[in-house]
Amino acid sequence: MSTGAATISKHQAPGFWKSTNGKKIVMAVTGCILFLFVVAHLLGNLLIYAGPARYNAYAAFLHFDGSLLWIIRSVLIVSVLLHIEAAAQLWLRNKRARPVGYARKNSDGASYASRTMYWSGPIVLAFIIFHLLEFTGGFIHPGSQFIAGNVYHNVVAGFSVWWIAAWYIFALCLLGMHLRHGLWSMLQSFGLPHSRTRELALKQLALWISIIIIGGYISIPISVLTGLIK
Amino acid sequence: MKLTLKIWRQKNRDEKGKFVSYSVNNVNPEMSMLECLDVLNEDLIQRGEEPVAFEHDCREGICGSCGFMINGHAHGPQTATTACQLTMRHFKDGDQLTLEPWRAAAFPLVKDLVVDRRAFDRIIAAGGYISVSTGNAPDGNAIPVPKGIADRAMDAATCIGCGACVAACPNASASLFTGAKISHLGLLPQGKPEQDRRALNMVAQMSEEPFGGCTNIGQCTESCPKEIPLEVIANMNRDYRVATLRKRDDLIQVITPVTTWSSDSKS
Ligand code: FES
Repeated sequence: MSTGAATISKHQAPGFWKSTNGKKIVMAVTGCILFLFVVAHLLGNLLIYAGPARYNAYAAFLHFDGSLLWIIRSVLIVSVLLHIEAAAQLWLRNKRARPVGYARKNSDGASYASRTMYWSGPIVLAFIIFHLLEFTGGFIHPGSQFIAGNVYHNVVAGFSVWWIAAWYIFALCLLGMHLRHGLWSMLQSFGLPHSRTRELALKQLALWISIIIIGGYISIPISVLTGLIK
Repeated sequence: MKLTLKIWRQKNRDEKGKFVSYSVNNVNPEMSMLECLDVLNEDLIQRGEEPVAFEHDCREGICGSCGFMINGHAHGPQTATTACQLTMRHFKDGDQLTLEPWRAAAFPLVKDLVVDRRAFDRIIAAGGYISVSTGNAPDGNAIPVPKGIADRAMDAATCIGCGACVAACPNASASLFTGAKISHLGLLPQGKPEQDRRALNMVAQMSEEPFGGCTNIGQCTESCPKEIPLEVIANMNRDYRVATLRKRDDLIQVITPVTTWSSDSKS
């Protein structure tokens, strides 16, 4: 086998963003920002159990300074866009990396959550858009009136519709799966060296954090449906 | 024992391949997977058919030449075992084994079960050298290396470059391989002076090759015959991140992937 044709040509290397490692670091950092939002949002939401007055006051507090609100929103929007852009580029690259598939392939060592990130991600995105249209914009409110400022009423009225509650619970479970892999994955992408035992412990931790967060979120529609909150 | 081997047959890259089933009747349970193919090939040669092409060299699990998918597992279902070390007693009489080459754009098929893994060589070449003085052999304990570090470096250095990680990865990413190569030198004091440059260069070359990107799924380490831990990928990411921040204006260059041969090689 001659290597005559293998002329070596050198050229400028792909930069940070072009490298898959760079993209994953971007995904880790933006993912971390979005995770912090998910936690903060949950803590705020749980105030619903403190009654309408406290909950609406909290909502009003978030809006006390419009420019500050928009600064935070911009950070979140930029994070979401970068996260999606990096994921989309990786997805395309990964598809091209195996043009001919296997006739048989096992999936040992791969968690279900890790293999379905490209499914859970887009569905959660669709949910977020729906969620914003419903509770922030007030465009989707079947069977009731959207009252700007009365967040407590809007939530209770929204979740009284069974399919809205079901869609919410379904999307949140997917978010939980996304977090279960993402939380551990972000440490790996960012480059946190770990022993095998610590790796298993971190994966367990990621699982429990996701379960607690998602449990907290879906407790709200369940409470509305069971009449605990009205 | 009797086995049915369903093997991917493909003359060369341009022709279409297909699975062909062969029954091998005289399999000794102590045979390795490769010896089983040897027996089949002798049979095929006697019948005047084209033998199955596969790569091998040491046959003792240390060179990384062998390797193909066996029933959907890289190097077969046995953990920490290369195809050449996989004995047939792990299968039952009458089993059907599906043998497929590694599938990755970066590993173009050469013939049957043989793929071109020169992409790995280019990543290694991109890593460059470590500065070791010539002359007399240095004093063994001149540079103290903590035991834990030595162990981690050794774990990474056991990589034989077989390509199972790429084959098993749902994204066909070479991160476990590149991570192992970056780690085993980067962890040691002897490899420190070039640590940044090595990480930048090897990651750049890996990105230049048509490998997929790592999404931390972990099938690579599961299928690795040397059980290289996922930690090496974290090491690579850290080294790359640190090196990117510390980088001044040294020019990083990569080699254009070459996956062809000159025409006279086809004969
Ligand atoms: S032939 Fe050397 S590792 Fe299998």
